[in-house]
Amino acid sequence: MFRRLRDRTATSGDVAFTIDGKLVSADAEDSVAAAALASGVLRFRTSTVSGEPRGPYCMMGVCFECLLTIDGRPNQQACMVKVRPGMRVETQSGKPSVAP
Amino acid sequence: MTTSNFDLAVIGGGPAGMAAASVAAERGLRTVLIDEQEYLGGQIYRSITRTPLKKRDILGTDYWRGEDLVRSFRASGATHWPSTTVWSISRELELGLSSGGKARLEKFKHVILATGAVERPTPIEGWTLPGVMGAGAAQILLKTSGMVHDGVVIAGSGPLIWLIAAQYLSAGARIEAILDTTPAGAIWRSLPALPEFLFSSYLGKGLGLLAEVRRKVKIISNVSYLRAEGDGRLQAVVYRRSGREERMSTDLLLLHTGVIPNLNLANATGCSQAWDAVQRCFRPNADSWGATSVEGVSVAGDGAGILGAEAAAYSGRTAALGALFRLERITLKDRDAIASTEQAGLRKVSRGRRFLDLIYQPSPAIPSDPTKACRCEEVTVAQIRNATAMGAVGPNQVKSFLRCGMGPCQGRLCGNTVTQVMAAERGVSPADVGYYRLRSPVKPLTLAELASMPRDESDMKAVYRN
Amino acid sequence: MGRDFDIAVVGGGVVGSSIAFGLSLLGQKVVVLDEGDDATRPSRGNFALVWIQGKGLGNPQYSAWSQQSSDSWSRLATLLRDTTGIDVGFERRGGFMPAMSEDELARITAQHRKVLAQPGMPQYQFEVLDHAALSRVLPHIGPDVAGATYCPLDGHVNSLRLFRALHESMLAAGVAYRTLHRVEDIARRQGEFAMRTEKGTIRAGKVVLAAGHANAQLAPLVGLNAPIRPQRGQIIVTERVAPFLHHPILTLRQTDEGTVMIGDSLEEVGFDDRVGHGIVSTMADRAIRIFPFLADVKVVRTWAALRVMSKDGFPIYDQSETAPGAFLATCHSGVTLSAAHVLALPEMIVAGQLSEEMGVFSGRRFDVPQAA
Repeated sequence: MFRRLRDRTATSGDVAFTIDGKLVSADAEDSVAAAALASGVLRFRTSTVSGEPRGPYCMMGVCFECLLTIDGRPNQQACMVKVRPGMRVETQSGKPSVAP
Repeated sequence: MTTSNFDLAVIGGGPAGMAAASVAAERGLRTVLIDEQEYLGGQIYRSITRTPLKKRDILGTDYWRGEDLVRSFRASGATHWPSTTVWSISRELELGLSSGGKARLEKFKHVILATGAVERPTPIEGWTLPGVMGAGAAQILLKTSGMVHDGVVIAGSGPLIWLIAAQYLSAGARIEAILDTTPAGAIWRSLPALPEFLFSSYLGKGLGLLAEVRRKVKIISNVSYLRAEGDGRLQAVVYRRSGREERMSTDLLLLHTGVIPNLNLANATGCSQAWDAVQRCFRPNADSWGATSVEGVSVAGDGAGILGAEAAAYSGRTAALGALFRLERITLKDRDAIASTEQAGLRKVSRGRRFLDLIYQPSPAIPSDPTKACRCEEVTVAQIRNATAMGAVGPNQVKSFLRCGMGPCQGRLCGNTVTQVMAAERGVSPADVGYYRLRSPVKPLTLAELASMPRDESDMKAVYRN
Repeated sequence: MGRDFDIAVVGGGVVGSSIAFGLSLLGQKVVVLDEGDDATRPSRGNFALVWIQGKGLGNPQYSAWSQQSSDSWSRLATLLRDTTGIDVGFERRGGFMPAMSEDELARITAQHRKVLAQPGMPQYQFEVLDHAALSRVLPHIGPDVAGATYCPLDGHVNSLRLFRALHESMLAAGVAYRTLHRVEDIARRQGEFAMRTEKGTIRAGKVVLAAGHANAQLAPLVGLNAPIRPQRGQIIVTERVAPFLHHPILTLRQTDEGTVMIGDSLEEVGFDDRVGHGIVSTMADRAIRIFPFLADVKVVRTWAALRVMSKDGFPIYDQSETAPGAFLATCHSGVTLSAAHVLALPEMIVAGQLSEEMGVFSGRRFDVPQAA
């Protein structure tokens, strides 16, 4: 499990959002990926090819593994999106549905 | 074609980008620094303006050097476009840009690519399991979110392993072990470069770091094989040392075998590239001013070839001087005079680099057959070797056969591996195999954004034919 | 000295490898001479349609040949699967040609009727659907789409798996595949052909020129004429999404991997295979008009390929009079015609004689008539 260092500046625990309906608390400057990892979520999606579980690898927008559905939009690189209060994040299963 | 209000676009907010933009703006070029990250610093100085860590010691003194660069940049008059992705670049220096979900095209007079480095992909069996990450990822989590993971296993080779270990120790996190894959004979191969290293600045800080980590962390050397195992997520690392296979339980495995230039944007310009036999990676061909084979496109920093953060700043400033001269803002005499200081600085900070490059030279060994070389499309090393044996001569052919390189990462995590596997199979140098031919979009963007690009009569006629 | 091979096929693309595979199934000893990784390779870029509707205006035999190929395509798919284990994902459930206005719908309907009314034209079923009828078959079709014509004979295949399966099949059947063997010259001596390549000379009893663009230079070496030119087509490919489209639409299809392929353009720009923003924008816009929910789907790749286009757009199949045993095959619908190229054309090559029906495809149709 990832843990937060206690000795950090006072932007901690400011942002509340949900992952798969579960309430999560994050720091204001967290990326969605970092906040998800901090809350214990390691598996972000299952692969679109074989369905095997996948999670973040590079944290810098290069690997495209950390894809999550954010506020209804699928395949967002979670490490490149900053958390926002009330954000609705969902882990993904295989190929995301796009047709209404 | 929309002509930008700016003369010069510098792409990348790391040390090379910040230094280049600062010099160019100070000397009168209308300069914009375009970066996909929200804050300045690139990766090496990630979150330097916003890190939540109170203890400055944790990240080490090298890291805080970045603050000077940020200061210079902010004082220089250059404009900063954060959270902006460059998704295309043409030989006419027209950039496709995207920010806030909106895309546009802008043409510049000169472009400096300072896109830095990415971690060399380190494929091992099981590396796609959640819980396996690059060492750089752990650094980002530490710098940006103040997060650590106790019980981490760090595996691979290269200076960054020791740096992240030292940073973790400084933060009070527990490291289960370091699995060092640096081969036993490395020191002999690097001996010729040793004298220069002994007089370099690397020596002091390097040895100090090493000593501290060695004291506090279990280090297993001469590791010859790695495999990640687990059910649905990482649970253990299997490794081989002295012919014996051992297993170590862990929830987080950090892999690292050095960094390589972030090539995709340079590649998209069509500029010529060359294989660096020591660092085992491709890099754009560039002259001493960073000028590539495409007129008006320069490269600087690690994106041009791995030299480290300090060298990146000198390289960035030199590229800016090259651009200033090309755009006739300074004379040849002035350019050369100012550059001589930068070049002296570059030589000084590069001293000892060769030793590091040699001692940490990545192994030419290719990963085992079942290893996924391409994560996005799940193509194994065996499949690539097979396609090569059946006559595919280069990565573009193999891409057509197997789809490797066609996924969302656009070859960033498989390009280097695919080239090396094919080279080994064919018995030739990677230089003879080549690299993926990469095109727009350099980063994915939506159909709506692409549809918002301008179109004219001839475009409509070419598409609507009934 | 004895010759090395019965037949040399110049070109390892979808046309060349189909013909080579078919020839080897007839017991021929075949070599395929191909270029390197950076060759133009139009085969790598295609829309993967196995398409019938609308083809053959001015040449009903082209429709007949295409229909013959389409009708035998599932046989090819089975053969490839049995040989290599690769399922190329061939589906023939019918396809749609969309119209973005009532005018356009009227125009394409009239065009279909005109094609089908030609003497000697093999008939096929087709339906005209208005927007309401279309949206019953393709839910979520955009309001801008006025309608479409539908033909049950249209289908598609996974083109990259096809290419891989053809390649593996021909190797499994004993075809010798020589890469980096660009052919520079062809000479005919003592009843056989000598192909001089970058890596030495290959000798064969017969030669089939299936070299795509290079056919233009190679054809005269054996007394043939292949006036072809490159015609650029650009394509957009998206990320993988859950299946929503089970029939190819002429300019938009979903692959069995889930990616959406969007096309296409027709441009005369020589050998320039770069992608252009204006064309991509136009295609993207049309795709969104066809399925509005695609607006937020991300594009992962765009590419351009150079179709091998003859003067009248129809294939060229020819055999040489001055150099008997030399054949030529070129087309821009290499995927549709792959079955015919495996299962029908090789027999003619082995027999040394193209069938009578193939006469309309001879390159002589382009010869300038002599002055009286």
